[in-house]
Amino acid sequence: MRIANSYIGQPIERTEDLRFLRGKGTYVADINRPRQLTAVILRSSVAHGRLRGIDANRALQLRGVHRILTAKDFDTEIPRIALRLQPLSDLEPFHQPMIADQKVRYVGEPVAVVVAETAAIAEDALDYIAVDIEPLPVVVSREQADAALLFEQHGTNCAITWKASRGDAEAAFKMAEYVRRERFKVQRHAAMFMELRGFVADWDGQTLTVWGAAKTAWYNRRLLAASLRLPTEAVELIELDVGGGFGSRGEFYPEDYLIPAAAKVLGRPVKWNEDRREHMIAANHAREVDCEVEIAATRDGRVLGLRGQIWSDIGAYVRTNGSVGPRNVAQYMSGPYAIENIELTSSMLLTNKTPTGTYRGPGRFETDFIRERMLDLMAKDLNIDRLELRRRNLVADSQMPYPLASISPYDGSTELDSGDYHAVFDRCLAEFDWKTKEELSGRLIDGYYHGLAVGSFIEGGAAGPKEQARLVLEPDGSLSVYLGSSSVGQGLETVMAQIAADATEVPYEKIRVLHGSTSHVKEGYGSYHSRSTVMGGSAILLAAEKLKQSIKASAAKRLGCAAEAVVLDGEHARAGNRSMTFAELSDVPIEVEAEFFNSKQTWAYGTHAAHVAVDPGTGHVKVLDYMAVEDVGRTINPATLHGQAIGSIVQGLGGAFLEHLVYDENGQLLTGSFADYLLPTASDFPKIRALTVELKPCPSNPLGAKGGGEGGIIPIGGIMANAVADALKHLNVQPMELPLSPPRVWALVEAAKALLAS
Amino acid sequence: MKVEFELNGTRVGTDVEARTTLADCIRDQFKQTGTHLACEHGVCGACTVLINGQAVRSCLILAVQAQGERVVTLEGLSRDKSLTPLQTAFRKHHALQCGFCTPGFITTAHALLTEEPEADEERIRDVLSGNLCRCTGYVPIIQAVLEARSAYAQTDDQE
Repeated sequence: MRIANSYIGQPIERTEDLRFLRGKGTYVADINRPRQLTAVILRSSVAHGRLRGIDANRALQLRGVHRILTAKDFDTEIPRIALRLQPLSDLEPFHQPMIADQKVRYVGEPVAVVVAETAAIAEDALDYIAVDIEPLPVVVSREQADAALLFEQHGTNCAITWKASRGDAEAAFKMAEYVRRERFKVQRHAAMFMELRGFVADWDGQTLTVWGAAKTAWYNRRLLAASLRLPTEAVELIELDVGGGFGSRGEFYPEDYLIPAAAKVLGRPVKWNEDRREHMIAANHAREVDCEVEIAATRDGRVLGLRGQIWSDIGAYVRTNGSVGPRNVAQYMSGPYAIENIELTSSMLLTNKTPTGTYRGPGRFETDFIRERMLDLMAKDLNIDRLELRRRNLVADSQMPYPLASISPYDGSTELDSGDYHAVFDRCLAEFDWKTKEELSGRLIDGYYHGLAVGSFIEGGAAGPKEQARLVLEPDGSLSVYLGSSSVGQGLETVMAQIAADATEVPYEKIRVLHGSTSHVKEGYGSYHSRSTVMGGSAILLAAEKLKQSIKASAAKRLGCAAEAVVLDGEHARAGNRSMTFAELSDVPIEVEAEFFNSKQTWAYGTHAAHVAVDPGTGHVKVLDYMAVEDVGRTINPATLHGQAIGSIVQGLGGAFLEHLVYDENGQLLTGSFADYLLPTASDFPKIRALTVELKPCPSNPLGAKGGGEGGIIPIGGIMANAVADALKHLNVQPMELPLSPPRVWALVEAAKALLAS
Repeated sequence: MKVEFELNGTRVGTDVEARTTLADCIRDQFKQTGTHLACEHGVCGACTVLINGQAVRSCLILAVQAQGERVVTLEGLSRDKSLTPLQTAFRKHHALQCGFCTPGFITTAHALLTEEPEADEERIRDVLSGNLCRCTGYVPIIQAVLEARSAYAQTDDQE
């Protein structure tokens, strides 16, 4: 007998790498169709105004320009982008039209689509299109939210207010021995994946095929079909290799409609690829939060309550998942700490900026910055050691499952499922060597002040409701695994093959994983909310059981025995001394489907610690050491998971120090290139360490796994700000705003020095 | 305009508009799509190719400027049946996730190690800081390039 497969838990080298490393990946820009035309999109250069007219006559005279499509060319009534998540009817007025039809509300909003022989000709044509927009006053911040109404009939620029509540916050604050109120801000930044968005759409008169799907192909297919008044089955979305997602790619954007619609109007394949500047004004932004929050505690540092008001600047429209960040900031502010009394409101404010959506750790990055800052401020006020303060408040293993604040008007309640938060906290401190490093706190060495910080977090994952897997035994005895999960570059093909190999015993190299395209399974959900391993993986486990039953039944018929008498080894079915290979058995088609349902989130959790050095003369912060420990319940591939952790941390450091989408008062984006919008580079953060542990398997799925793709990013803003405060404690510098850019840290140092001198 | 150059060991020629970048020419005319475009303003490095052994951003050079030169892309640094030492090290250290920036890292690292097979970590980080990766956090990329150094120290004919 063969030795049983045991791929789960092994750092298997990735299948995907063999093509990516040799330039043989197929991304959407690599797709071309016969008779293909190229589209470029004319975008509003005005942040707020009434669209009075578009004159494209001169542009149409350019050789090679085929059509210039404006709202009236697409439909009598321009469809709007429905919400994929939290589809509240109260938010319907703020859905984005596929193309501006009456007003423009942000710089970058599509107003026309030019279709030409080549991208260069189409771009030339943009210069010859005259757009007449009557400008309106522009709203770019909460402070001047009354300058104009984005949606006149709504009467206010506040789209909706979420409310997170638990216990009795009013009573808790009344009896508290300690209360502190602070204002915090997190800057607008974005996922900024490397491969730009694009589509190739081909309409053959009956079927519309669209290459370039990602993340949520099945939802997008339904929305696209409905928007084009086609039956769902007439639309096929195809997922190719995808160059990063991080929450932003794959949501339904205007271009998801405009390019297929253009192909349908022209009757020829149409290709579109955005450029980087376009991406920066068109794809979802994230994270812009302002808040006033209060914390209440006993004198010995036991947190009693949180209350306050949060404002999320969501830009000009509510996009497909636009509520997730604002909701999460409120609901998850308590994080891994046992805080019984919560009353937080979170308002979604409409402004004349690019609309927002999720970016890895949505709302969590922001809310952890707020909470962890509050905890360090409180530790200082109460003169309690910050480690001890956290230990006193972390949810104990014995308190699990632990309910979080419930949220309204959608989604309701959730509870932390399992975990030993104290053990992971202590493990992180040990790995980091806090004891030795502690003496560096606040010390000046060679011109740099040294600081330390630690913080814990929770990471929700595995959103329901379900995921599908379909397994097909191929004529050569190999196994095809079709999944509703999608790949955004995270190594899905490898991880899912590991799960399928262990579940079916088919040799790993005979398993092929196909994912993300709408023809693969009937109803897929995709990859978001760190869900694909848990949801897609669990669906494979269920399907594998069915497959084995199906193979046994088929073999039993052909070997003339009872199904119970058949033994499988992944390549053969045996009964007594008779056997058939899987290849032979596949003469009679063997194909099974299964669905995994899940109504509970998984809750990975962890602790990070950091050591920084601050140059008070320039405000530059060096990250000397960073240690992350996270419990994901069960690891499928330690190499890919470790990669997620490290990559996520460096993204978070970008958000803490570098990345900022800056607007001027006219609603113009000032940081529209990689020369202005700074991403971390190879020389910025050399020492990053991450460790994954498997202390508490998830109770709500058969793998025992917890979604772990986002955790690394979540606590970083708070930890960095606390480390800077620790380094500069002799000046009592207290950062209340991100990013901790050199000018900001320098200004804090100077202000603190001035205050001390006066 | 007519342009002729050597692409991955083969002499090629085509007609391009004067404004066509080398990147677009390689991808559109010669279908070598291993060269990727992610910013088109010379910052991200995904489009890096080798011209006469030097790492060059193919989005910032016109196709006609490659006239008579020796151009090598990731495809030209690859073998059909196996991985090169640099590619092997990238795979082993999980130095890529989505794979989109990878061509630029491989070409840049190849140019560096060909010239400086003993480059230390700081030097490697410094050179690679001109290439953006959003997935990996760079740590595994640096590990992979460090490991691949030994192969470059032994032989001079990596291309």
